[in-house]
Amino acid sequence: MTSAIEVSPAKPVARTFRVSQALERFVVPVLLIAGWETFARSGYLPPALLPAPSAVLHALGDWVFGFDETTQTYSGHWARDALASGLRVFGGFALASVLGILAGVAIGWSRLFEKTLEPTLQMLRPIPPVSWIPLAIIWFGIANKPAIFLVFLGAFFPVLMNTIHGVKTVDHNLVHAGAMMGATERQLLASIVFPAALPSIFSGLRIAIGSAWMLTVTAEMVAVKSGLGYVLWDSYYFLRYDLVLAAMISIGLLGYLSDLGLKAIMGRVLHWQRTTTVQGRAG
Amino acid sequence: MAAIELRNIVKIFADPKRGRELLTLDNIDLDIDANDFVCLLGPSGCGKSTLLNIIAGFENSTSGQALVDGVIVERPGSDRGVVFQQPTLMPWLTAIDNVAFSLKLKGVAKQERHRRAMEFIDLVGLRGFEHHHPAELSGGMNQRVGIARALLMNPRVILMDEPFAALDAQTKLEMQEELVAIWQKHRCTIVFVTHSVDEALVLGNKIVVMTRRPGRIRESVTFDLPRPRDITSPEFNDAKRRVLALIREESTRSAQVA
Repeated sequence: MTSAIEVSPAKPVARTFRVSQALERFVVPVLLIAGWETFARSGYLPPALLPAPSAVLHALGDWVFGFDETTQTYSGHWARDALASGLRVFGGFALASVLGILAGVAIGWSRLFEKTLEPTLQMLRPIPPVSWIPLAIIWFGIANKPAIFLVFLGAFFPVLMNTIHGVKTVDHNLVHAGAMMGATERQLLASIVFPAALPSIFSGLRIAIGSAWMLTVTAEMVAVKSGLGYVLWDSYYFLRYDLVLAAMISIGLLGYLSDLGLKAIMGRVLHWQRTTTVQGRAG
Repeated sequence: MAAIELRNIVKIFADPKRGRELLTLDNIDLDIDANDFVCLLGPSGCGKSTLLNIIAGFENSTSGQALVDGVIVERPGSDRGVVFQQPTLMPWLTAIDNVAFSLKLKGVAKQERHRRAMEFIDLVGLRGFEHHHPAELSGGMNQRVGIARALLMNPRVILMDEPFAALDAQTKLEMQEELVAIWQKHRCTIVFVTHSVDEALVLGNKIVVMTRRPGRIRESVTFDLPRPRDITSPEFNDAKRRVLALIREESTRSAQVA
């Protein structure tokens, strides 16, 4: 009742607040870019060392559309490079999600799996995925496989940890309610424990997608001869810092887009949570 | 044969932190007849919820047995519907899917599930809210969903653990009236745990008064005041005085709580 009284007159206020908020969002990036452009054009540093945003944009444009071949062999090849990286991210991330969720549910639910499986996994967890690169290369060679392996290592543990946490914190009474309605253990896991753990699993997936991009790029710098990370490292050897920056921007953008996609899926799957949050705030 | 037979139930909880054991239920022996509405009345911490959990199969007794329809209880099952203190609904399911959850577990097709669930949605007065999620419903409405869910399983007994404790006074009164109406219509055995003397006297036709921990059965009172019960009538107050006296004998403090 109180919230209804408060909400209706607050509506127009909320709208103007929204517009100014949208503008606020752009203030810092615009100032940063403008400052950078001015500084780069001032000639204080040679343009080869610090390319201006306009030069970076030019390189990025040619890399994507290939209009004047300023990026030489990369001109117009952006889509191919992005796809190569994207597929590695997707492959490693999908593998990590499936195995991370399965292992996480097993460890979170069963004492037996917790005792047998968890210590080994927790010992592997602190080893930085990057330190696997030498082994990944001698095992899998220079191609997609070592990259996918590294992405898997980086994405697996966040999914695993969050799934374990999600399963362990499922409201015990929900499990009781399921047992009361005659659910078998399998049904309990599939129809109650898994959906109840989903909010936690999704936060693990979102951390994992970020790690996946980081490790794809790292792998491409060392163990693969294609993709955005390879372009970045290759351009560094040819002193094309504009292209290095264009590659960084591309990675950031694609990483952001994949998180956005994941968030959209999460919003769909966890639609029942939205009302909870709103009510929680109102109360 | 009684619907529920409790045979010398003892429950001891281990307290490893303090290196001792806690006797919670001491030799509970009780028969509950079919179609009885039994209220387990006792102060907080007397083990009445533990007793209910043993009948539900959520907990095992240390010794003694609980039998439902002559079968020893070993695990939870759909022959015993439970209504929890909190609604305990699946937050990701709509009201109708929560009510029909037991049918889904049995593999009943969606259309049939919804058809059968709608009957109970109507019974608890939630038509129009069947596609709402628990977060969109009030506490009382969610508790109705929980009751409908238990009724749909058509269980031999319904076990209720202070289901109205979290509701406001007015909603509580409405829910109590509806529960009695449902019980009269459906003819099932209900075991209802409460610490409120008024609630026990409004609902039950048998009131089992339990003692403070370790929980024992103080006395089992049959209470056949005609329904609907007028809580201001002299008969009601006489009964209340008797029950209160029973509790007061046990402990003066617990009477204040009730």
